[in-house]
Amino acid sequence: MGKYVCKRLGMALLTLLIITFLLFLLVRIMPGNPFPSERMSAEQIANKRAEMGLDDPILTQFIRYMGNVLQGDFGKGTSLYNGAPIRTVLSTAISNSFRIGGVAILLGTLVGLALGITAALNKGRFLDGFCTVFSILGVCVPSYVFLIFLQYTFSFRIPFFPYFFDPTRFAFSSVIPAVSLSLFTMSTIARFTRNEMVEVFDSDYVRLAEAKGMYGRNLVMKHVLRNALIPIVTVLAPLVVDLLTGALVVEKIYGINGIGKLMVDAIAGEGIDYNYVLALGILYSALYIGIMLVVDLLYGVLDPRIRVASKGEEA
Amino acid sequence: MSEAPKTILDIRNLDISFKTNAGIVHAIRGVNIDLCKGETVAIVGESGSGKSVTMKAAMGLLDSNATVNSGEILYTYTDDHGREQTVDLLKMPKKQLRQQINGQRIAMVFQDPMTSLDPTMTIGKQIMEGMFLHKNMSREAAKARAIELLNLVGIPDAEKRFRNYPHQLSGGMRQRVVIAIALSADPDILICDEPTTALDVTIQARILELIMDIQKKMKLSVIYITHDLGVVAKVADYVDVMYAGKIVEVGNVNEIFYEPKHPYTWGLLSAMPDLDTEDDRLYSIPGSPPNLLHEPKGDAFAARNQFALAIDEKADPPLFQVSRTHFAATWLLHPDAPKIEMPRELQDRLERARKEVEKYL
Repeated sequence: MGKYVCKRLGMALLTLLIITFLLFLLVRIMPGNPFPSERMSAEQIANKRAEMGLDDPILTQFIRYMGNVLQGDFGKGTSLYNGAPIRTVLSTAISNSFRIGGVAILLGTLVGLALGITAALNKGRFLDGFCTVFSILGVCVPSYVFLIFLQYTFSFRIPFFPYFFDPTRFAFSSVIPAVSLSLFTMSTIARFTRNEMVEVFDSDYVRLAEAKGMYGRNLVMKHVLRNALIPIVTVLAPLVVDLLTGALVVEKIYGINGIGKLMVDAIAGEGIDYNYVLALGILYSALYIGIMLVVDLLYGVLDPRIRVASKGEEA
Repeated sequence: MSEAPKTILDIRNLDISFKTNAGIVHAIRGVNIDLCKGETVAIVGESGSGKSVTMKAAMGLLDSNATVNSGEILYTYTDDHGREQTVDLLKMPKKQLRQQINGQRIAMVFQDPMTSLDPTMTIGKQIMEGMFLHKNMSREAAKARAIELLNLVGIPDAEKRFRNYPHQLSGGMRQRVVIAIALSADPDILICDEPTTALDVTIQARILELIMDIQKKMKLSVIYITHDLGVVAKVADYVDVMYAGKIVEVGNVNEIFYEPKHPYTWGLLSAMPDLDTEDDRLYSIPGSPPNLLHEPKGDAFAARNQFALAIDEKADPPLFQVSRTHFAATWLLHPDAPKIEMPRELQDRLERARKEVEKYL
């Protein structure tokens, strides 16, 4: 098991390195300038490029960049937030996005599971239909539409929650974005849980458990849920990454200084900020790879069939 | 077969229909089955004849779209105080059925061992579950008993296997585990739903012998659901031949195999592969079973029956008594019916089989 984890970690780091290199190349191929070029003369730009070493061979640049990154230095913005180190700006953004995203994940997963289980246990009845309609709505309507709806209802018509994000009242002002972000996850999880559970309920091993004399809660907890949850973990993983990295539009509309908004600003600002795009790209990739790794390991815990065989214990 | 054995399970006039998208399927149309203590009854029939549904009804495992229109399933047992009780399993609420009957008194072995074990739970835990539910055993006692059961069903290395997951066992081993699970709470009745269909031929005989052996040791009454007459000949005391949701012929195993009266039973017996036959083609009953979505008028088998009489098209034959234990639902047994014998080849074949058996007696 330990050996397997090490191998997977090594692979993950290698993958990350390759992705970083590709990003590094792509950013430089992108049309446009890394600086707010309208405000600078050609000479100024040339000086700036030389100063940042952008005229060096690409490999030299990459090795220099990786050297800094390994020391935890992502450099400074080339056009965004002049002067402040990316690490500082990024850590605020991460903290905002992760906190709101985390709440959204928790809310989405828990309520989604509850909805899915309720629907499965009431298959074919009113509650099942209600959950189905709810899930379809939640999956089809984008989160920012919910956000605008919630803003209109609970900030404008009933002035209770703030209009925009306010870091000084963090918890209170993150309710609206967290709820609207959680709806997609909630619906997806609800739908999957319901379908998986219905399938497991029809399985032979549940018949056998019933023939053994199991029923009700005991049956659901011991035989149905665990088997139904395995595929749900797979669905959950990418949803988690999506939510943690912030929803671009929701953060922009609600004025949250998160990673999503930062990404938009870095690309759509006055210049394409090489360093921000790179740092954010590495962050997204690392998160994705990390969570996939966790999911794969979690699979082994949940499903003995995929458990890594240690010392040829198989068969 | 001692004289007048006590009836333990008595299925009376069972009538079940299913609501499907296409309409109402009348799957079980008045089934009567008797099971006596310590005996083995085999229910034989083609796929879709209603064998499994009948027994699922007794276990309370019918799908939610099934309706029991009438009938009763009377189960007689001796309760904890030594008193004899008879209950109608169909009238029992599901919860009570699970708590008091399933596993503890009536257990079931399913058809496909590859799918009937929970893939995420060790087989040891799955065997112990029944003991915790019904026997209030301590962990240690349950574990000891589970290992004992694994040994009983012939799993080598039981201590180690106890911690295995189903995917680590072969099909035959898994079926042994399923049997161990069925036996875990000392039931009176074991229902085996095609227990060997999904297994290798070489494993089939061993599993059957195992069940017979355990039946003797634990004094079980066993119901086999099967379409394999070879299995029937090996294990059964009594045979119920089922067709289109009805029992068409009942008798003890000799009566069914050597003096079958119903043309459907003739067909089933003729369709058994036989090495000594001169015919080089394997007989099969023409046509396929009727769709019970549209209930057939008269005898359901008439359309496939080369011996069908005119009356078969109009009226369903009642069960005619042949001997004390032998009944068949065919108009051929009516006193006014023309004398029709079973096909020549089948007669020869049964004669050969009888001689074959006598050689070993």
